[in-house]
Amino acid sequence: MKLLDVRSITMQFGGLKAVDSLSFHIKKGELMGLIGPNGAGKTTVFNMLTGVYKPTLGEIHFNGQAIQGRKPFEISRLGMTRTFQNIRLFKEISVLENVMIGATQHQKYSMLDAALITADYSQAEKALREKSLELLSIFGLESKAYDEAGSLPYGEQRELEIVRALGTQPQLICLDEPAAGMNHQETHSLMETIAKIRKDFNLTVLLIEHDMKLVMGICERIVVLDHGVKIEEGTPSVIQNSPKVIEAYLGVEEVH
Amino acid sequence: MTALRALKIPFLSFLVLIVIAFIGNFALDGFVQLLSIYVLINMILAMSLNLVNGYTGQFSLGHAGFMAVGAYSSAWLSTQVPFLPGPLQIFNFLLYAVVGGIMAAGAGYLVGLPSLRLKGDYLAIVTLGFGEIIRVVLLNTPAVGGARGFYGIPGPTDHDLGGFVLSKFLMGFTHAGFWCLVTFFVIWRLMESSHGRGFLSVREDEIAAEAMGVDTTQAKVRAFVLSSFFAGVAGSIFAHYANYLSPASFNFQRSVDAVIMVVLGGMGSMSGALLAAVFITVMPELLRPLQQVIGVDIRMIIYSLFLILLMIMRPKGLFGKLELTDLYKRWKARKS
Repeated sequence: MKLLDVRSITMQFGGLKAVDSLSFHIKKGELMGLIGPNGAGKTTVFNMLTGVYKPTLGEIHFNGQAIQGRKPFEISRLGMTRTFQNIRLFKEISVLENVMIGATQHQKYSMLDAALITADYSQAEKALREKSLELLSIFGLESKAYDEAGSLPYGEQRELEIVRALGTQPQLICLDEPAAGMNHQETHSLMETIAKIRKDFNLTVLLIEHDMKLVMGICERIVVLDHGVKIEEGTPSVIQNSPKVIEAYLGVEEVH
Repeated sequence: MTALRALKIPFLSFLVLIVIAFIGNFALDGFVQLLSIYVLINMILAMSLNLVNGYTGQFSLGHAGFMAVGAYSSAWLSTQVPFLPGPLQIFNFLLYAVVGGIMAAGAGYLVGLPSLRLKGDYLAIVTLGFGEIIRVVLLNTPAVGGARGFYGIPGPTDHDLGGFVLSKFLMGFTHAGFWCLVTFFVIWRLMESSHGRGFLSVREDEIAAEAMGVDTTQAKVRAFVLSSFFAGVAGSIFAHYANYLSPASFNFQRSVDAVIMVVLGGMGSMSGALLAAVFITVMPELLRPLQQVIGVDIRMIIYSLFLILLMIMRPKGLFGKLELTDLYKRWKARKS
């Protein structure tokens, strides 16, 4: 079953076609990679999927519903969330609050309930707090729950972004270079965790990653983007042996 | 029973307030009594602006405008509605405050909906423009006195209850204090909920907030409307205690004063806003005797110098983002 179906989307910024009639789909439960050299348009694709940009042309279907042009918060409420390449945490509030904000959309009590501390409010808050702490424990962050998010070391900030996204109870999570700036060992353990949460939370994952080796190890299917155009799609072994991909990444050998 | 639990601390605080009112009634002279009412009004104003500027991160420079809407609509209503007899007239003032607040909230909604798409300086300019528009409209509305001002607004008066005089101050202070407590507890508790965290997320990073499913436009409008409501309430209390309103009371300077209270106290700190409200209200009066000694009025110079010094030494305000309770927790942690 197709969870996400992207039908020839195009994103045009003035004279520049950042993404040119790109189509792909993700099946439920799949872990798919989106790779490509610098400036290939990967993050632009993410921004279109999550509603930051409205595609110039084309359609995006999520769970059978057309979502192109909807606002980011609406798309998030439908069950698609993301992390950011350049970390965008809520830096000046606590780690725990960061995670709790993800669940804002699922809270049903009103502002009046909060002002009067009704039973609805107290129960919901208590449950949310416990659940958020539990999510934090995936990355062992629960001991830092009351620290300011901006004070965490870099690697943990990246992890917190993932936890925060999990707080929204997504079906599809889009990870934008989650391992950027991490060393080999950190990257390796991050990938293991991604595989684990995918199983535990029954998630579908779309992963943008620079590091080829890493993507090959974890993804079931990969879409390769170059200059806004899909140049290849398939299993890691297909991608590794594709001359087009090698050309995009390494260039063509000149014949003398 | 949870409803009772929720009202326990506010109710106890209200009792303390009444005790303070009684002490003030007998121990303070008329001028200090008036000043203490203005302190309470400014506290409400500072807390309400802190909700928008400090917690939601939207820079509003038109808070005097919302206060004016509340003050004038409340004053106008009081000339139309019959008064309840004797001390029961406190309910009149409660009604006026609610109506003034609702009118201001309505104005907040009308201004907020289109202008909250703007950010930072641009929003500040739009809200500043709104404040000026309100002032100029009032200046040119004969029904509320125009430039002459709105005279003869009924306010709390002394009531002789067979020996005991329920004074204007007692009633006024209790009323203002009541709203101060309402403002405090509503905003404080809201910030402990998903709604409040939604406001914070807008301040921190709008794009990330949207990606987490926070409707940022709705959050901003809600914060703005609630803040306007309390500003309107502050205006209403001001109108009935001063018995006189003039458009000049709601000029740009008053909006700036409110911003100073929030910035000085620390953006996003209720304790800071409250302390700064006391400070900004009382400081000019404390400096008054100095004028008699040296013969020239240098209050504003000292006041400005003090602000500059404070901003150099504590650029994030007196409290930063912390509350008194946070400081207490730290102090306890350090002790153990």
